[in-house]
Amino acid sequence: MSAVNPPVAFTQDELGWVSWIEPLPEAELTERHYAGLVDRARAKSEYFRLLVRDPEVLEARTKTDKDIFYNVADGLPRAERELAAAATSRYNGCIYCASVHARFASTYSKRREDVQRLLDEGVTADLGERWNAVVKASVALAETPIAFGPDNIAELRRAGLDDAEIVDVINGASFFNWANRLMLSLGEPSK
Amino acid sequence: MATQDIIDTLAGIEPGSALDAIRARRLQARENAQKSYLSLFEPIDASDVSLLERAAVAAFVTGLHGESPVATFYREKLAASAGGAALLGSIDAEIARGRTSGPYGSYPAGPLSAENTAGLIYRVSAASKTALGARLAAALEHAHLLVFRPRDAAAADMKALLDAGWSNTGIVTFSQLVAFLAFQVRVVSGLRTLAAASA
Repeated sequence: MSAVNPPVAFTQDELGWVSWIEPLPEAELTERHYAGLVDRARAKSEYFRLLVRDPEVLEARTKTDKDIFYNVADGLPRAERELAAAATSRYNGCIYCASVHARFASTYSKRREDVQRLLDEGVTADLGERWNAVVKASVALAETPIAFGPDNIAELRRAGLDDAEIVDVINGASFFNWANRLMLSLGEPSK
Repeated sequence: MATQDIIDTLAGIEPGSALDAIRARRLQARENAQKSYLSLFEPIDASDVSLLERAAVAAFVTGLHGESPVATFYREKLAASAGGAALLGSIDAEIARGRTSGPYGSYPAGPLSAENTAGLIYRVSAASKTALGARLAAALEHAHLLVFRPRDAAAADMKALLDAGWSNTGIVTFSQLVAFLAFQVRVVSGLRTLAAASA
């Protein structure tokens, strides 16, 4: 394994990720594992070859993830789903997850500098009414005990979100409380 | 009809309600959150993490989030598991000892060190460790870290689990379990809050 060079700040740069325990070797993957990976190309990723040790959970988790973020037939714009993911990751402290989803938020919103301020200043950065409401709701959901309440709903509604869009915020932010805990605890990012 | 959707049940979402219709627009997510639950609690292979261990960890993790329909559900699930009733007292005691507020923890040394926040480093009591065994005790300590201070996680924490008898595959399943519950308890809380605000 090559030397790990962990980032010490939040960034939109592309990072690697190195597992602390043994992923399955690619040569040992069976059709049950490929079903768990959903995308066969994920066999190249150390992270997914680790999670595929439990293929059924990985498959269900991946399909949950994809629908929450990629199904944009209706509901919240992709940029703001990614903002919820990035804000959750920033608050929980997942530098790797924040890098990926900050990049996506920048790509889809074209507001790269605002996204960077979320990373640099943290979740209290002033990003305008609508983004502030999404970030605040995501942070309230990330707290333990959960701090999300009627005030968050009212704020999201004032910012123009309807209930279907609010459900997308809830799903996106909640999902990253799943993703952050895996990324943070099974390995570490490397520049 | 298939098994009742666990998130809908815990969030009190009735068929035909407005939230039922909204959730139906993310059908793949709804069905696969359910499949995640089933693959964790009714796995086809429980050889690396027993059903009792899954139920005990779930009761502990959801209990750490405070009282809620989700915590009640998993406490009852543990009580109904083979061997679970005998663990309830220890799990309840450890939930009470472990409750705090998160997330907290430390960043790698550098500009983020200013955001380091100290908090409880939870360890299972000696009495509970005897009752639960070394393997489950190690799991609860790691679960507490995942719930409240995930950014503190380090390679040494993996070694602690391996030393306590957890396999690599068992660690993956157990980590998925804790992380999934962190998702599920939030979706349920969020949907309940939204339903109440729309009533």
